[in-house]
Formats: sequence, C-alpha cells, structure tokens
Amino acid sequence: MTTSPIKFYQVGSFAVGNRLLDPQHRSVQSDTGRSNSINSGHRACQGCGEALGARYALDAAMRATDGKLVAVNATGCLEVFSTPYPETSWQIPWLHSLFGNAPAVATGVAAALRAKGREDIRVVGQGGDGGTVDIGFGTLSGMFERNDDVLYICYDNEAYMNTGIQRSGATPPAARTMTTQAVGPNPGNTFGQGKNLPLIAMAHEIPYVATATVAELRDLEAKVEHAMSLRGARYLHVLVPCPLGWGSASGDTIKVARLAKESGIFPVFEAHDGEVSSVSKIRRRVPVEDYLSLQARYAHLFNPTRQDEVIARIQAGADRNIARFGLLDEQTEVAR
Amino acid sequence: MDKPFAITLDVGSSLANKTGSWRVERPVYVDRLPPCNNACPAGENVQQWLYAAEDGSYETAWRTLMADNPLPAVMGRVCYHPCQTACNRAQLDEAVGINAVERFLGDAAIAAGWTVPVTAPMTGKHVLVVGSGPSGLSAAYHLRLRGHEVTIYEAGPKPGGMMRFGIPSYRLPREVLDAEITRILDMGVKLELNHRVADIRAQMSDGGFDAAFLAVGAHIGKRAYIPAGESAKILDAVSLLASMEGEERPLLGRRVVVYGGGNTAMDAARTARRLGAEEAIVVYRRTRERMPAHDIEVEEALQEGVLMRWLSTIREADGGRLTLEKMELDETGFPQPTGELEELEADALVLALGQDVDLSLLEGVPGLQVDDGVVVVDSHMMTGHPGIFAGGDMVPAERTVTVGVGHGKKAARNIDAWLRGSSYTPGDKHELATFDKLNTWYYADAPHAVRPRLETARRTSTFDEVVGGLDEGTAAYEARRCLSCGNCFECDNCYGVCPDNAVIKLGPGKRFEIDYDYCKGCGICVQECPSGSITMVPEQI
Ligand SMILES: Cc1cc2nc3c(=O)[nH]c(=O)nc-3n(C[C@H](O)[C@H](O)[C@H](O)COP(=O)(O)OP(=O)(O)OC[C@H]3O[C@@H](n4cnc5c(N)ncnc54)[C@H](O)[C@@H]3O)c2cc1C
Ligand SMILES: Cc1ncc(C[n+]2csc(CCOP(=O)(O)OP(=O)(O)O)c2C)c(N)n1
Ligand code: SF4
Ligand SMILES: [Mg+2]
Repeated sequence: MTTSPIKFYQVGSFAVGNRLLDPQHRSVQSDTGRSNSINSGHRACQGCGEALGARYALDAAMRATDGKLVAVNATGCLEVFSTPYPETSWQIPWLHSLFGNAPAVATGVAAALRAKGREDIRVVGQGGDGGTVDIGFGTLSGMFERNDDVLYICYDNEAYMNTGIQRSGATPPAARTMTTQAVGPNPGNTFGQGKNLPLIAMAHEIPYVATATVAELRDLEAKVEHAMSLRGARYLHVLVPCPLGWGSASGDTIKVARLAKESGIFPVFEAHDGEVSSVSKIRRRVPVEDYLSLQARYAHLFNPTRQDEVIARIQAGADRNIARFGLLDEQTEVAR
Repeated sequence: MDKPFAITLDVGSSLANKTGSWRVERPVYVDRLPPCNNACPAGENVQQWLYAAEDGSYETAWRTLMADNPLPAVMGRVCYHPCQTACNRAQLDEAVGINAVERFLGDAAIAAGWTVPVTAPMTGKHVLVVGSGPSGLSAAYHLRLRGHEVTIYEAGPKPGGMMRFGIPSYRLPREVLDAEITRILDMGVKLELNHRVADIRAQMSDGGFDAAFLAVGAHIGKRAYIPAGESAKILDAVSLLASMEGEERPLLGRRVVVYGGGNTAMDAARTARRLGAEEAIVVYRRTRERMPAHDIEVEEALQEGVLMRWLSTIREADGGRLTLEKMELDETGFPQPTGELEELEADALVLALGQDVDLSLLEGVPGLQVDDGVVVVDSHMMTGHPGIFAGGDMVPAERTVTVGVGHGKKAARNIDAWLRGSSYTPGDKHELATFDKLNTWYYADAPHAVRPRLETARRTSTFDEVVGGLDEGTAAYEARRCLSCGNCFECDNCYGVCPDNAVIKLGPGKRFEIDYDYCKGCGICVQECPSGSITMVPEQI
C-alpha cells in the first residue's frame, strides 16, 4: 500500500494539488479546509522541516479520524516552539508531559479512552529523534511490545536541536554537531553502528512501520491515513531537515529531504507485521555528495581539503540501502 | 471557530505572535514570460491557451489564441513552430506539441462554427489592405476588431496569397484555408479579387482611404543565369506551385530536377512526385546541414522518395540533359567550384532560388525607402511615407506565414493608434522564464504525442494531407504536458509547503496570496514552485 501515482501529465502525484483532479483525490494539504493542526505564529526557525512535517502528518490524521484525535508530545523543538505560555499553535487536543515519556503517556491516554468506551477517539504520540530513539526508547519499546493502540510519529532531524544541536543516537556519521565537532583526525560524528529505529520497530513485529520525508507529501499522507485505518502499535519515522542544525538554506528544506531519499541515504519504505511490504523507488538518482554539500554540518568533508574516503564511506552506506531495500527501478537512470 | 473535540478552555493562540517581523526577504508572485510566447512571431500567449485547453476549455483556448492570430487551423499546419524550438520541456524530455494542439483548436473551431464578434464601436475610418496573404488578412482582422472599415484589394482570383498559391494542398487543405478566410470576411471585411493595385497613392485618394497596409508578398521567382538550349524546359517553382490551383495540371515529365535548397524547393519536388515524376531530384550547391529548408520538410521529402544532390550547381541545360558541376565547401563554408562536371538527364528543370518583391505599385511614393529589394519600415511597421504601412514578405524579416501574421497584428495596432492621433507603445516584456527558474521535480514524465502521418504510398500518388490531427484525448494530454513556465497554474505547492501556513489559497482561478503577518521569508515556496512563479525580494528595512 503506497500511493499509486496518478497519471495526469503536467504534474504527477508529486505536487501538493492539481486543479485537474477530482477533489476527493487531492491531498489533504491542498484543501482549504485542512485542520492546520499547528497554526501560524509558532516560533520554529525559518524553513523548519519539523513544523512542516508535523502539520502534514497531523492534518492527515485529523482527516482520517474525522477530527477525533489526541496528540501527546515529547519535549523538544516541536513542543517548545509551538507552546510558549500562554500561547499555543495547536488546534487539536494536545498534551505535553516530559522529554522521555511520550509513548507511555500516549499509552495511558489510549487506555483511558478504552476504559471510557471511546475507542473512536484515536491517539498519536510524537517527538523528536532524541525523545524517540534515545530517552524515550524504553517506553516506546514497551508500547510496541504491548501493541498499544497508538500511532507514534518520530520527527527525525538527526540531533537534539532544541537544546542547541547535540548529537543523538540518530545523528549520521561524519555530521558535525555541538558535541561532535569537526576537529581531530575523524571530524564530526563517528561511524558507529547507528540506531535504526524503523528496523527496531519492525523487530517488534507491530502491525505497521513506515518511513517518509517532508519531500513526498502524498506518500506521507497516504501512510498516515493507512496507519489510522489500523489498530495496535504503529510507527512512522519522518525525516525533517533542520536548517539551523544542518546548516542548510531555509528555502532548501524540502530539497534536502528529497536528495536524502534520491541518494539512498534515507530509504522510504513501509512494513506490515515486521516485513517490508513496499518501497518508494528512487526517481532521479543522485550521488550522496549532492545531498551532503548543501549542509554546513558536512562542510569539513569538502573544505579545506576534500575527504574522498569519508564521502565514499557515506556513499557506500547509501548504496547498501539501495541494495537492501531495492530502491532502484530497472529504468531509473543513474545520473553520473 | 467551533471548539474541536475535547477542547474546553480558551487558550491564547499563537496568532498573537506576528512572525512576519522576522523576515528579511519576502516572496512575491510574478508572471514571467514563457519562452514559447517569447519566440512566437505572431505574439501568441501560448502558455495561456494551453492552460485553458488542459481542462478541456477548448473554446476559451481558441478565443485566447484568436486574440493574436486569426488563422489557427492554418498555423497549426504550416507554422515552423519556433515556440517548440524554445520550449523548456525540450530540456526535460521533448518539447510540447504546441503546433498540434493549435491545429486541434483551429479544426474544432471550424467544426463548431465559432466566430469572433466585432464589439468595438465603429470609428468611421477606412483602411486599405493590399494583398490577401496571411499578413494582409491578419491586419484586416485586427483592424476590424478595433472598429475600422477595411477593404482588401487582391490581384489574384482567390484570397490567401502564398498560403494558396505556394503551399501545396497536401500540407494545407484548401477547405481549411477557405474556412478561416471566410470567418475573417464574415466580420465585415470587404474583399475585392482580381484587383491589382498599380499605384498606391492614386488608389488611396480615389477610394478615400485614411491609411494603407501593404502586404503584396514576394512573388517574382529569382532566375539564375543558366545557358539553355531551345528544347530545355525550365520553369520557376512559384509559378509551378501556383499553377496547381488552376484547372490543368502542369506536365513535367518523368525526371524532374529542382534547383535550390529551401522549403519551396522541397514543395516543388514533392509536388513533382505527386504529379507522376518517377524521379524528383533536388540539386543544391551546399550540404544538407546548410540547406535553408526545415529539417522536417527535408525528412518528409526523402520519405517520399525525393533524391538529393548536394554540392552541385547547374552549368547548362539542353535537350533533356543538364550539366552539373561539383562544388566543395571552403573554410568559410562557402561552396567553390571544382571544375569536375557530370551529366544528369532531366525532362524539366524547376528553379527554386527565392523570390523578389514586385514594388511597382510604390513608384514615386515620397519618403519611401527600399533596401535590398524590400521596403524599409520603422518599429511601428510604417514605411517612410506617413500613413502607409507594410509587412510580411515585402519587408526585411524571415519569410513565413507566422511572421506575416505577426506583422499584420503589429501594423493594425499601430495603424489604429496613428488614426487616433497617438502612438502605440508595447508593454514591457516580463523577465524570461528560463529553464533554471523551474523546479522540474514536480512534472511527471510524459513523452510527446506523435501526430499520425499518411503512409508513403498514398503520399506520392495523391495530394491528401500528409500530417494528421490529434484527437481530443491526445490534444488534452499534449496540452497538459505544458510546464506553465513562469505562470502560476495553481498546483497548490506554495500553499502546501509553507511551514507557517502563511499562504492563502484564494480559490480556482484566483491563485494565492502571501500572509505577510506570518511569513518568515524562509523561501521554501520559491524553491518548490514548479513553474518559477514566485521570487524573493529583499525587505525594505
Ligand atoms: C512554396 C512555398 C511554401 C511555403 N511554405 C511555408 C510554410 O510551410 N510555412 C510558413 O510559415 N511559410 C511558408 N512559406 C512562406 C509564406 O507562404 C510567406 O512568407 C507568406 O505567405 C507571406 O505572406 P504575405 O502576406 O506577406 O504575402 P503573400 O502570402 O505572398 O500574399 C501577397 C498577396 O498580395 C497579392 N498582391 C501582390 N501584389 C498585389 C498588388 N499590386 N495589388 C493587389 N494584390 C497584390 C498577391 O496576389 C498575394 O495574394 C512558403 C512559401 C512558399 C513560396
Ligand atoms: C529529562 C530531560 N533531559 C533533558 C531535557 C532537555 N531537553 C529538552 S528538548 C531536548 C532535546 C530534544 O531533542 P529531540 O528529541 O531530537 O527534538 P528536537 O528538538 O530536535 O526536535 C533536551 C535535551 C529535558 N527536557 N528533559
Ligand atoms: S532548530 Fe531546527 S527543528 Fe528547531 S525550530 Fe529551528 S529548524 Fe525547526
Ligand atoms: Mg531532533
């Protein structure tokens, strides 16, 4: 179940809307009646991918549940920039408790609703990569293992952005953060084993696991909609570029996310009951360099001297994703 | 707003926080000039009429087209479509088949009988148009739309100029031409056939005309000096093609040689094939790459079995036999004789060496300037004599139907202004929507739809139209391949991609607005706009 591309010609299913499509086939974001779950006036940086990803995902969930939705938020940018007392940008029922306990709180909300016989009201838990893959990991694993009826969404910007860009378990190799400076013989983050939460979630054999990026709206919306049609523990991992932390131009947020997918760095796929069921193919393949060079967190790979070995290692990682998930169509042209 | 489910308390909304104050640059919507529009000699708003055709609004599309060009069904067949050469989509997969869609719209209009009403109040001014070729017809149409009385004097027995007496019917069926000319005449344009203007000034004062537009074309076939014996049959291509409109088909014989490398040479050779010549041989002094004929015409001629002799000149013609001399190109690409001769059998020799303008009607007109055999006009299409304008093949420009139509429109605008005692100034051109302004990620891959072509067997024996039209489905498909360069087509991308909900969607046809109270100026909308219709400008701080 991924979006089957709609064959109209000027813009495919790639753009947000299309005047030539039936309204019911248009994206949630193209609808003036979208819920705008997170409204204007929030204090996210210019071009924030997380603010965008959250609206994309939650508006889709709102439509899928007819507005019967509660969101539980971990501490992080998404919470801080949206809800400085006494203002909030949320236009949906929304709870915040702690940095590390959002999955547990979401479980509790779902349990309470079940006790009240209101299982028509659905629950989303959400947090950043730090809140999800690091401090909230234990409670999230519990939520999976118990198959609690929650969709948990991780907005992965690959570091602790809210407290000033510290490394997280999801920070990629060689990336510069405040705690992995571009100094010494191996500048930036180490090449570790990584902590691939979508794969860990799949190991729990929960009903549904998917990845997405802010560059493919229709794919993201379809995944949220599908997730809301299922019961039990579901996990969605969305790549959300952070202009501040990544050192990318604020206008390039979607472009950077697109290149992450098109280079193979970030595989976009979905899995049911622990098995990969479909992948989003690469459409215009690019070398990882195209992705890396847009971001100051990788500047040390190009300046003052080019680190060919490091770039090759990152490329090898992307190539491995491509082989492992089958990201290339036979027809996909290999650019360069 | 109704409170959403489970919300009981009012909370302060972040709307109180006007994040627009963070901005140092602001996005603004712009209309850039699409390269197709920019390249069209008739000044069509190609992108705009394709946009209308995309959702099946063919009549709207046709009317948009008609605002600039009164001959879409003709143009959709014979135009060399510089728009497609300029089309940005060519850099993505293949150019949009603009010409094919134009023809579809033109044919649809003829089938449906759509007409253009004259709504402007009559001015009481009377304009003389000399010549009913594309340029004269276009001027007449545009002058009529502006409320002037228009009379066309045409020397020939039928209207259309080279569209009728040059372009063969297998490329332009005469019923199509007739339908489009009739539609112009039905708007109240008067036409007098078999009326050759011999002296323009006398004609203007006799008829009480307030201004004149001359479009007499270029009809005198150029001759080359070729020593010829008495029995040699030599004729010029323009006369040959013109005679195809007469009662009797010209007799050319079994082997026909055409001398020249332009489109007229191709048409003459292809016509010879259809008239029964077993061999039609084009002799040209340079190479194929240097032929002025358009590639597609050369291609179609070759498909029909026309033979080509490159790098050859004709030295002599006598009794069914030609003497050719081989040429070679020097470093500057100019052909030089080699002295090497060869013989070629030929029952007829057709000269297609270009045409000159018959300027006799202009004799003694004060102020009028002729340069290199053509009439000089200023940027208003006016000759050196006030009130006499000219266009088409008789002025210095590329000689095509489309250029002629463009001249007619431009002249009409200027004549109109001149008659009202003012001067026409065209609006400023928008910045060009070049390929680098687009974000092509959003366009689906869609190969070009191919127009059907008549099989070659029928092409060499009949004058049936060679190139077929698109059906409705394919026309819509082709129109939808347009990238809408530089012009918003309401894809909702800006509305979707703004992290701050700072884009307001105004509804179908009304496009979008930026909410500067909240726009932080991140620029994502600019980056992700497929058609390059948004730009960033610095804030005045
Ligand atoms: C064989 C051939 C094929 C061509 N194919 C193409 C093609 O595929 N596509 C394309 O774009 N272009 C083509 N062209 C060029 C195109 O036909 C001309 O550029 C175009 O017709 C010029 O338009 P016009 O209005 O200036 O003159 P014309 O079309 O030549 O019309 C001039 C008219 O003025 C009349 N006239 C002349 N003198 C007088 C007078 N003293 N009084 C009254 N009336 C007069 C003539 O009888 C004629 O009807 C072709 C030309 C030829 C010869
Ligand atoms: C227990 C605890 N430790 C530390 C913090 C400080 N803190 C708040 S947000 C945050 C980082 C959030 O990172 P992430 O989850 O990746 O979200 P992002 O801000 O990047 O979106 C930290 C360390 C806290 N609130 N609670
Ligand atoms: S730091 Fe990054 S995640 Fe946080 S608001 Fe800015 S862009 Fe968004
Ligand atoms: Mg983070």
